[in-house]
Amino acid sequence: MKSLVCLKQVPDTETQIKVNADGSGIVTDGIKYVINPYDEFSVEEALRLKEKFKAGEVVILSVGPDRLVEAIRTALAMGADRGVHVCDDAVNNADPFVMAQTLAAAAANIDCDIIFCGHRAIDDDFAETGAMLAELLKIPQITLVTKIEVSADKKSVICERDIEGGKETVESPLPCVVTSQKGLNEPRYASLPGIMKAKKKPVEKKTLSDLGISTEAKLATTNFSMPAARQAGKKYEGMEPQDVAKTVVQALRSEAKVI
Amino acid sequence: MSKVLIYAEIKAGKIKKSAFELASEGRKLADALGGDLGAALIGPGLESFAADLAKYGVDTVYTIEAPELETYNSEYFAQALAHLVNETKPEIVLMSHTMQGKDLAPRTAAKLGMAVMADCISFRLEGTTLIGKRPMYAGKCFAECSATGSPQIATARPNVLETAENPKAGSLSKIAFSVDTSRSTYVTKDLNLDTSGKVDLTEAEIIVSGGRGMGGSDYTLLEEMASIFGSRATIGASRAAVDAGWRKHSDQVGQTGKTVTPNLYIACGISGSIQHLAGMGSSKVIVAINKDTEAPIFTKADFGIVGDLFKVVPEFNKELKAILAE
Ligand SMILES: Cc1cc2nc3c(=O)[nH]c(=O)nc-3n(C[C@H](O)[C@H](O)[C@H](O)COP(=O)(O)OP(=O)(O)OC[C@H]3O[C@@H](n4cnc5c(N)ncnc54)[C@H](O)[C@@H]3O)c2cc1C
Repeated sequence: MKSLVCLKQVPDTETQIKVNADGSGIVTDGIKYVINPYDEFSVEEALRLKEKFKAGEVVILSVGPDRLVEAIRTALAMGADRGVHVCDDAVNNADPFVMAQTLAAAAANIDCDIIFCGHRAIDDDFAETGAMLAELLKIPQITLVTKIEVSADKKSVICERDIEGGKETVESPLPCVVTSQKGLNEPRYASLPGIMKAKKKPVEKKTLSDLGISTEAKLATTNFSMPAARQAGKKYEGMEPQDVAKTVVQALRSEAKVI
Repeated sequence: MSKVLIYAEIKAGKIKKSAFELASEGRKLADALGGDLGAALIGPGLESFAADLAKYGVDTVYTIEAPELETYNSEYFAQALAHLVNETKPEIVLMSHTMQGKDLAPRTAAKLGMAVMADCISFRLEGTTLIGKRPMYAGKCFAECSATGSPQIATARPNVLETAENPKAGSLSKIAFSVDTSRSTYVTKDLNLDTSGKVDLTEAEIIVSGGRGMGGSDYTLLEEMASIFGSRATIGASRAAVDAGWRKHSDQVGQTGKTVTPNLYIACGISGSIQHLAGMGSSKVIVAINKDTEAPIFTKADFGIVGDLFKVVPEFNKELKAILAE
């Protein structure tokens, strides 16, 4: 079973985000970067498929600046086989369409049965790239997947996906793009031998001209701002449950007007 | 021809409230641009919905029906919607950032060669350019987004834009379309729907959320509270509660769960870690019930109740029942 895993590097979830003085972006000094948490589910699932079929390959595909190679190495240390790193200033901060175009161009040269994306990246929160990649490759998308069963002949997959107020089970021909959602699995940690081995695994660096594409931005993101700081409101301490309940419920109606 | 087109989502034989939010916003944009507002409806039995949409300012309701469009399928619906856009040539396409919208908007946009300004919480125009304001990093900051090219496609976060009635005569236009079934897609084998009729977290007006302080999977107290509020409320959870297996993954609120924007968020037994605050920090009003007076959630809560949730919530429910019955 050959899987291609699209992986993004994002600021750690602990990061206190600050906007820079001219509002052109966030302050990146001192940010610790990690693998997008949803992409960890993808890596894990791809590894499990390879283990289940006792054959195949897990390729990590990533677009972004030099530092990104750490994230690729982490995935290799988890057990992935090799990495493809598209590193080009033209796309290092690309919008979802350009990102999908770049991934599609790179994916076209990689032999795989299934493509994984995270259902969203926790930095820009667009939640578009996986579906766009599927469309550009003219293959099905199955988004928000929590369970995957690949048929023995590797020609189709049955997936469970989250829908509003429930679950949907779908059957799709392969290849398709699956976007990972929490609940799919528990990602493994990289082992020490894994980390040692990862150092020797190949990571191929590519530019847009290697991929034979040029891109044109579709979205511009500007005027970054911070949310209005939330102030602590009223705090009720040492009151009888009955009294505090009455007071707060009434305030929700007459003061806050939300009930 | 419509300057602005909205995609109206239907659920269980009804137009979703989020579609009326889009119509109300779309009306304002169409007026400012000096053009018509259209609405796209895809699926079976659509004609009866035209009047509902006209009430919120839609001039023309476009419908596409085909046997393959009986149940939602991302490829087929995206084909239909892209066809409608190509036929009616709107400058702006608005969709909702609902579970279906998140699946459909990017695929449709890719067919049209565009990206989506996703999950916007407000819109403005600069000339004819649509500018959407959207949260990033799960609401830790905001940014403005605009599109280069046409059509400008955006999704709006449900429950944030105001609905405003603005009745129009409203006309109906059936668009002829046949699905290209040569395109590979999935088939739906089973739909396992929660029949409680509860809205998704991202669309709920009221969220009653429980964390590690719940002490186990028994959420009866919180479910009781949600049911007092009725169908506009639903249950959320912290990651600690989800990881403990007390609640489904899809209930998780936070940076790696859902980003929510309800009018009222009631956090019970949740400490308020940075990842949790990121996901619920833009709730309009926050109530926190926690026995630890130092819990970080109290720095964000409009109403902070220091106390044992097992003693406070039952009283809270009694009061709610009484006041909502008035
Ligand atoms: C990569 C990453 C991503 C994460 N993403 C998320 C996310 O999306 N969402 C999320 O929520 N977390 C997330 N977390 C986890 C987060 O860091 C916290 O661990 C988690 O939010 C804690 O959940 P909690 O508040 O329920 O539990 P705790 O922090 O254990 O808090 C429980 C609270 O309950 C109170 N309590 C106990 N008993 C009672 C009682 N009887 N009555 C009243 N109060 C009581 C306690 O005083 C305490 O404050 C993430 C962490 C990481 C590392």
